Amino acid sequence: MEVIRHLFWLLVFPGFLFTVILGLYACWIVRKVTALIHHRIGPPVLQPLYDVLKLLGKETLIPEAANKTVFISAPVVGFASVLLLSILLWAVDFSPANENGMFLGDVIVAIYLMVIPSLALILGSSASGSPHAAIGTAREIKLVTSYELVLVMAFIVVLIKAMTFHGISDAQNDIQLLSLSAITQYQHTPIMSISGFLAFLAALLCVQAKLGFTPFDIPEAETEIAGGVLIEYSGALLALWKMMQAIMLVALPLFLVVLFMGGIGTSFGSIALGTGKYVLVLVLLILIKNTNPRMRIDQAVKFFWFYCGPVMAIAIVLAMLGKFYGKWWL
Amino acid sequence: MNWKIWSLKKSPWVFHVNTGACNNCDIEVVNCLTPKFDVERFGVTLVGSPRHADALLVTGVVTAQAAPRLIQAYQQAPKPCVVFSIGACACGTGIFHKGYHVVGPVDKIIREIDPNAIIAYVPGCPPKPEAMISGIVKTLNAL
Repeated sequence: MEVIRHLFWLLVFPGFLFTVILGLYACWIVRKVTALIHHRIGPPVLQPLYDVLKLLGKETLIPEAANKTVFISAPVVGFASVLLLSILLWAVDFSPANENGMFLGDVIVAIYLMVIPSLALILGSSASGSPHAAIGTAREIKLVTSYELVLVMAFIVVLIKAMTFHGISDAQNDIQLLSLSAITQYQHTPIMSISGFLAFLAALLCVQAKLGFTPFDIPEAETEIAGGVLIEYSGALLALWKMMQAIMLVALPLFLVVLFMGGIGTSFGSIALGTGKYVLVLVLLILIKNTNPRMRIDQAVKFFWFYCGPVMAIAIVLAMLGKFYGKWWL
Repeated sequence: MNWKIWSLKKSPWVFHVNTGACNNCDIEVVNCLTPKFDVERFGVTLVGSPRHADALLVTGVVTAQAAPRLIQAYQQAPKPCVVFSIGACACGTGIFHKGYHVVGPVDKIIREIDPNAIIAYVPGCPPKPEAMISGIVKTLNAL
């Protein structure tokens, strides 16, 4: 029975099936809101599902110049890692007190799982043997190295905030807070403090870059390098990439909600509130996407390293001061 | 009905190939995506790579330079794939008939490499966006 329960948890709810459906729905929200901003009508609700079905039914071509093994396995690896990330986040959300589901340091695991899709994209596109994909790969690598540090610094602010809220200061107890469940258990909202708000803004922009939304869609720039990293993918493999992006559209805003806004929870009221938080983050991402032109890669690197970096350093100092003096709003 | 064809009808992604057009048809193709016509309502999306495409929108007489590229783009597109000849030039070389640089029209070049290719014709100079949408609807219904 235990095995069946775990398989159900992994494959149906809240694992594979639930997350993919939610992700495709989120894809539709992105396209619909974009269309509304353009004063268009936009696609029907099931459009992302039609797209994935169609891609699954089409011929899958593998270029002659491609490294076949890497080309095929990269989307599978990326898909598996975002699926694992989303399951981790759902587990944190639905059963934060569940001891066996949680472990110390799952924040770090989540950070690693969030990098793997980008790495898979880099591997897959560099294995496809196309010059356009090579340019896309180089840009993706630069983008990852620019936003990753800022994202980790934003997490550090959240961890310091969790310690502040918890009101304990000795190192032995502080280490207990290095898990997502501990962060959500007390329903902290770091976004209500100055340093937390700064960290939220920076993390939002990092998520924007991770999702490959404008102004950071530099690796797939359709108008200059014709789809960039995904240019050689077709058929079922492209469907896998699309589903990976759909799940990321659920997992990454959810991660922000868990870290900065106190998570979603299990009671009816908190689920409604949590859905509101998630949609708020998603719409913020879409609005940034639709009101900004694409940056050049050097502008993006400069933006993250020279603007977001120092701001995050200030936020960490503020959060440390807040912890030291016991001021939650700093 | 076959689920593959059914889902293809629900989301035809198009790739735009210019094989020596005067840019007039190209502007009308882009016109279909504007708020007035908004073909995304029917799932039509303009994609950047022939690997993602379900339909090639070919404009222009096929010039000697463009013919190998058209063949390459067609071979790179995963099947099933529909070829649309957009405009008088693509349908029958138009006013450039028997020009020294013309090797087209589009159907001749495509049939050389794939005799069973699905080719649709949307005549006009340039065809109206309404005509293109009607052409897409008729072709997808005939699949």
